[in-house]
Amino acid sequence: MATKKDSFLNMVLALFMVTFFSAAILGFVYNITKAPIEKAADNTQESALKSILPEFKTLGKSQMIAPEGGTDSLEFFPAYDKSNILVGMAVKTSTKNGFSGLIEMMVGFKPDGDIFGYQVLKHQETPGLGARMTTWFKDISHPKRNIIGKNPGKINFTVNKDGGDIDAMTASTITSRAFLEAVKRAYKGYMSSFAANKDSNLKGGKQ
Amino acid sequence: MNQWKNFSKGFIKENPTFTLLLGMCPTLGVTTSAINGLGMGLATAFVLVMSNMVISIVRNGIPDKVHIPCYIVIIASFVTVVELCMQAYTPSLYESLGIFIPLIVVNCIVLGRAEAFASKNNVFSSVIDGLGMGLGFTMSLTLLGAIREFLGSGKLFGYQVYSDHYGILLFVLAPGAFIVLGYLMAVINKLKKA
Repeated sequence: MATKKDSFLNMVLALFMVTFFSAAILGFVYNITKAPIEKAADNTQESALKSILPEFKTLGKSQMIAPEGGTDSLEFFPAYDKSNILVGMAVKTSTKNGFSGLIEMMVGFKPDGDIFGYQVLKHQETPGLGARMTTWFKDISHPKRNIIGKNPGKINFTVNKDGGDIDAMTASTITSRAFLEAVKRAYKGYMSSFAANKDSNLKGGKQ
Repeated sequence: MNQWKNFSKGFIKENPTFTLLLGMCPTLGVTTSAINGLGMGLATAFVLVMSNMVISIVRNGIPDKVHIPCYIVIIASFVTVVELCMQAYTPSLYESLGIFIPLIVVNCIVLGRAEAFASKNNVFSSVIDGLGMGLGFTMSLTLLGAIREFLGSGKLFGYQVYSDHYGILLFVLAPGAFIVLGYLMAVINKLKKA
């Protein structure tokens, strides 16, 4: 089998050709898949918003707000009914304290701060353990686990192991703590940024 | 070489997972469910077939001293193609496989077949080799994933077979992967001798 000689020119040429064609192919595929990827991301966000908010007519412009004293900024998606009254607020929140790092989720609040729904968007938790958080905290048949309809400001919003009112997932206390922490962060951010000066921030759905 | 033998060796005789023990990282990492194993296996199989094909086409034009970097660039390009396509068309699978998709680049099965087979054989045999090895890998990952999913959470391909209340959680976690892998290897060894 005759391979090319190891001359300098041959090596440079071979490397150049290989990388050149790879780059061309990747550019081509990137162009084709760009639109579907964006669409897929939009779809997840949109279906998340629909499932965690009360029925709404229009969505206000989303706003990124860094909470006072907080670390990462939260993203707020206000939702209005047809007479432009705020019916709910979705907050995109996250925590880095999950068992395997980052957990990203979206929490929907009613105007008074009651949790309407949540949806975990991204996580690396253990399947069968921490990953159960996607459904555990909205199980209506177990009122002590369920956080839907509860208000983080009115009850002791920590896991039962820490003396709180929410049942943690069996064998996944770390994930449960992180989860509740992220929800609470969203609640605090919502309350401090919007509830205090409701009028100035929320007038007119379409900003 | 007999092409059928060339194809079928990837399943039992030279199965990359159970016999060659290559690519253990994705094997143990992603097989928490049958679907994950299947998706990972098919993605790897695609990369294997394509990279085997291209490498056996260009093998004579590449000087020996730079052949590894060239192979890696070719493999990495196909992995990125797979990654972009999965992100676009199967977002949920992409989410659950996560970091393991880009890591196909360093999966030693892919580079191993490129070095051991595609760089010495013609295009057709290389494609057949990649296909056999890739499907063998897919089979082992799916099998491993199905067993772990069934024992651990009472599901099979996402369908609840019995209540997850009775599932043995251990099998979804990392130690379960090792245990199942060990037993499967014992079975495959038995089959090889028979």
